[in-house]
Amino acid sequence: MSEQLTTFSFNNKNHETALQILKRYPEARKQSAVMPLLDLAQRQNDNWLSRDVVEYVANYLEMPFIRVWEVVTFYSMYYTKYNGKYLVQVCGTTPCWLRGSDQVAKACKEMISPEQNTLSKDGLFSWMQVECLGACVNAPLVQINDDYYEDLTYDTTVNILQSLIDGKKIEVGSQSGRKSSKAVS
Amino acid sequence: MLKEKDKIFTNLFGEEPWSLQSALKRGDWDNTKSLIQKGRDWIIDEMKKSELRGRGGAGFPTGLKWSFMPKDPNLNNYLVVNADESEPGTCKDRDMIRNEPHKLIEGCLLASFAMNAHHCYIYIRGEYFNEAVVLQKAIEEAYEAGLVGKNAAKSGWDFDIYVHRGAGAYICGEETALLESLEGKKGQPRLKPPFPANKGLYGSPTTVNNVETISVVPAILKRGGEWFSSFGRPKNTGTKVFCISGHVNKPCNIEEEMSIPLKELIEKHAGGVTGGWDNLKAIIPGGSSVPLIPKEICDTVLMDFDSLSEVKSGLGTAAVIVMDKSTDLVQAIARLSHFYKHESCGQCTPCREGTGWMWRMMEKIGKGNASSSDIDKLLDVTKQIEGHTICALGDAAAWPIQGLFRHFRDEIEEQLIKKTRAA
Repeated sequence: MSEQLTTFSFNNKNHETALQILKRYPEARKQSAVMPLLDLAQRQNDNWLSRDVVEYVANYLEMPFIRVWEVVTFYSMYYTKYNGKYLVQVCGTTPCWLRGSDQVAKACKEMISPEQNTLSKDGLFSWMQVECLGACVNAPLVQINDDYYEDLTYDTTVNILQSLIDGKKIEVGSQSGRKSSKAVS
Repeated sequence: MLKEKDKIFTNLFGEEPWSLQSALKRGDWDNTKSLIQKGRDWIIDEMKKSELRGRGGAGFPTGLKWSFMPKDPNLNNYLVVNADESEPGTCKDRDMIRNEPHKLIEGCLLASFAMNAHHCYIYIRGEYFNEAVVLQKAIEEAYEAGLVGKNAAKSGWDFDIYVHRGAGAYICGEETALLESLEGKKGQPRLKPPFPANKGLYGSPTTVNNVETISVVPAILKRGGEWFSSFGRPKNTGTKVFCISGHVNKPCNIEEEMSIPLKELIEKHAGGVTGGWDNLKAIIPGGSSVPLIPKEICDTVLMDFDSLSEVKSGLGTAAVIVMDKSTDLVQAIARLSHFYKHESCGQCTPCREGTGWMWRMMEKIGKGNASSSDIDKLLDVTKQIEGHTICALGDAAAWPIQGLFRHFRDEIEEQLIKKTRAA
């Protein structure tokens, strides 16, 4: 934890971006920027929010710390611990479950960690089961950082995870070769 | 079957680029100025003629909703677009945003003008990161081309439009929770009244519309309200994008005519139920919040608001989740109960405590560790949650369970007896 006590601040690029974000909302309503600024800060901080990062955002927006902390803990996409370079989120809601999301989770258990929210031995990954990701006609699917990988099977999930380990590029989207949500012909 | 020429979303699957240049070829931004010059009353009147009902799930008539907005030019009205698509089964808005963003942006301008709004926010779920990137770029293109911004599309109307990303909370699809979230707070629904049309975003009059609702506005105004209402049945009009997921041979999104028979929809577009129509067990016809219907009803039911409500289900978001005979229905619904437990915002006690309780009871029934009186108790609890919360999440958690036991109670009880005997 000790290194996290160093004061966080936006780098130059993010400082510019933050100013752009603030322009989207009326001047007297800058609290509206709390979600995009938390997201920006999280991206700069290895995809997680430590207490001092949250304090920085609170000060930036002149909000009480607790109001910002409430937002951090209410929404599922702010992380209060480090999740590895790749966070693999497995959708397990009914439309994905009907099409085999348990097999996708099995691949994650075998290749990442038997338990959710636990770093893999090499520290590269963690995985977690999440609720509906909103790509149900391309089920089952995972979200890895910002990208969706769809129409998965056990084998294609293993293939994706192995490619990440090997540093190989993988095509985002459907893994069955079809175009977006169009029915296969 | 809907003819190609009558489809609104000709690039739903992204076979062509989403860019402005490509969108112009598809007819987007064609004559937008002249539509605005026809005036606010003409636009709202055309919307009423189209009989368009909101595509986000509740199905409220759009033209009527727009007419509730105060006309006082001194007020700072807002249009907010709900792109927080999170209802399990639903993934139509995602395709419209990533492949047809200019239909949405043009619709935002027209709708905002009609409601006297100079500002519009599009609230998109946080997980749709790549979709938000496309939308943001499309908005920048529109600004550069003078289609939005000062004197938007040379119409004389000043119009600004912004993207706001959520961060993973189903409840923000509820319109007042969405507004709270947009104001930088936890997404907890507000008590109504006041309704958003009186006091919405930042206390100003606000209308919240779904992505699909706004995206079809340009087509309605260009082709006429009567053209739109010529599809489907009275009060259930228009074209609609259906999402067909689960046990079908070819899951897909597809734009079709409203009121298409459910069976025809699945057989024509999704390659049929796996193992054939007779292998069908049940279908959730409108996203996870609506009660399932068994095969006998699926045989003949039409996909529209009124026919589905007649069979005690609903059109919802028109997300069709198909379950064949291999499905453990208790487990399928228990998964949804888990979803609602996870997504309850915690504000109202019946929902906060009830969703977890219902999920645990569903798991218990799934394990065969329950009796008929447990089912009675569970159904009683669903009734105590339904209608006793600020927003509809409580109802949405109760209905799938009620639907399950309405149609399959005998079968589930038989299985419970078998499991008890085996133990």
